[in-house]
Amino acid sequence: MIRGTARPRSDWRGVVVPVICAAIWVAASASGRWNPHLLVPPRQLAGAFVESAKNADFWLAVSSSLLRLAVGWTIGSLAGVLLGIAIGASRLAERFAAPSLNSVRQVALFAWIPLLTAWFGDGDTAKTILIALAAFFPAALNTEIGCREAPASLIEVGRVFEFGYWARIRRIILPSARPSIVAGLQIALTSAWIGTIGAEYLIDQGAGLGVFLASARMDNRMDVVLVCIVALGLIGFVLSTLLRLSFVRGAFVRDAVLADD
Amino acid sequence: MRCWPMTEYASTAHASLEIRGVSKSFVVDDSDVHALSNVSFSVEPGEFVSIVGPSGCGKSTLLRLVAGLDSPDAGEVVFDRERVDGPSLRRGIVFQDHRLFPWLTVEANVALGLLKTGGSDAQKRKTARRFLALVGLDGFEKAYPHQLSGGMAQRASIARSLSAQPQILLLDEPLGALDSLTRSQMQAELLRIWQHERVTMLMVTHDVAEAVFLSDRIVVMDRNPGRIRGVVDVPLPKPRNRHDPGVLALTETLVGRLETAVP
Repeated sequence: MIRGTARPRSDWRGVVVPVICAAIWVAASASGRWNPHLLVPPRQLAGAFVESAKNADFWLAVSSSLLRLAVGWTIGSLAGVLLGIAIGASRLAERFAAPSLNSVRQVALFAWIPLLTAWFGDGDTAKTILIALAAFFPAALNTEIGCREAPASLIEVGRVFEFGYWARIRRIILPSARPSIVAGLQIALTSAWIGTIGAEYLIDQGAGLGVFLASARMDNRMDVVLVCIVALGLIGFVLSTLLRLSFVRGAFVRDAVLADD
Repeated sequence: MRCWPMTEYASTAHASLEIRGVSKSFVVDDSDVHALSNVSFSVEPGEFVSIVGPSGCGKSTLLRLVAGLDSPDAGEVVFDRERVDGPSLRRGIVFQDHRLFPWLTVEANVALGLLKTGGSDAQKRKTARRFLALVGLDGFEKAYPHQLSGGMAQRASIARSLSAQPQILLLDEPLGALDSLTRSQMQAELLRIWQHERVTMLMVTHDVAEAVFLSDRIVVMDRNPGRIRGVVDVPLPKPRNRHDPGVLALTETLVGRLETAVP
């Protein structure tokens, strides 16, 4: 009567497309028909990786971006989850806040840059706010949906057991919304990472991978541009994997009715 | 078989339920549907009463009114001399679907009924385990609802409702979703729990044989509008044998009555 769960296995078929793309790239560069400045040959790219790995400025750029991301994502997703709970769990809050939220959400993220830089200057404040905004909307939206979709049948059980407002939120709404909140935080992380690089690239001040990318582009170093792109993808992938694993292990939310549950 | 824990409370008696002239309508597609029209009856402390009737006779609506999950348009529900105007731990309800919280262990689910009561977690765990043992789920404390069969989940749900130590337990087709074998086992279990806990039970069912097997009295309802057709006493001693001529005869009479009631 106890049922087990199956685990998905990794699949070799996922590497087929990248391998084919790499083969086309190698063949195209070897043919010599394209400008090596635009289509960087594999050997030059490998050299650029080694060069960047030895470059202290590159690592400063990576760490600056990561720090900015951490601060912006934390602020934005925390605010988003809190507002999402408020709107998702209360009709009144929904009536007041949801229309504004849905309108502001329609504004393209980078359209805020002129306003933010005018108010806060070219420094970290404007960038962090932009990153927080990037994280805020997906976190708020997913949390709101998750909370609103808490099963009415379970909320009724809470009524029968005389749960108060906080018990209803803590015992029923948050645990049912948990998968949706986790998904929201993951999307928020990806969105915040895009926001980080975009803000750095467009504001183009201080240290950061986006700034590093912009200057490589100015110097016409396509190989370094490619290194940046690979680094961006890799960092994004690693971060979202780490986040997913920490949630799968249940490190964040526990609903203990009894101690030591 | 098992060693039953002693009941720690004996105050379940003296709380009677009275349903006085209750009516309830719903608006469906711009027209009024009379779910209940002027329904009155009472349940004495410690009784097992069943409500049977065709679907659409408002029997589940009636149970929700008693639970305080809905309120009547006219009339009133009085429990222990107080008018019902909302849910209360003193009136427990078991739904047709078990409604266990999927993210909690069976034990923690049962402990939900104890959130409002004082005491340490150790005491609550002890109480939760006592009720799990009562419904025959000892050994499954740490299982999650999705790991249980339908019958086991419904047992856990009954344990959860009982853990709040209600004075009346409302059962809304609690066995309706189970297969027939599990169902008859669960009927015997319900009878045993009722006898052991001495808690008043009011059960809605569409299974006449189930009602006859368990009840002291059976309220027969009609539909369009939902109303009481009659109340039948079942003066047979318990536990009853399903093949006893008296049980079979009464079941047949009631089924006959219900069939003539439905156009």
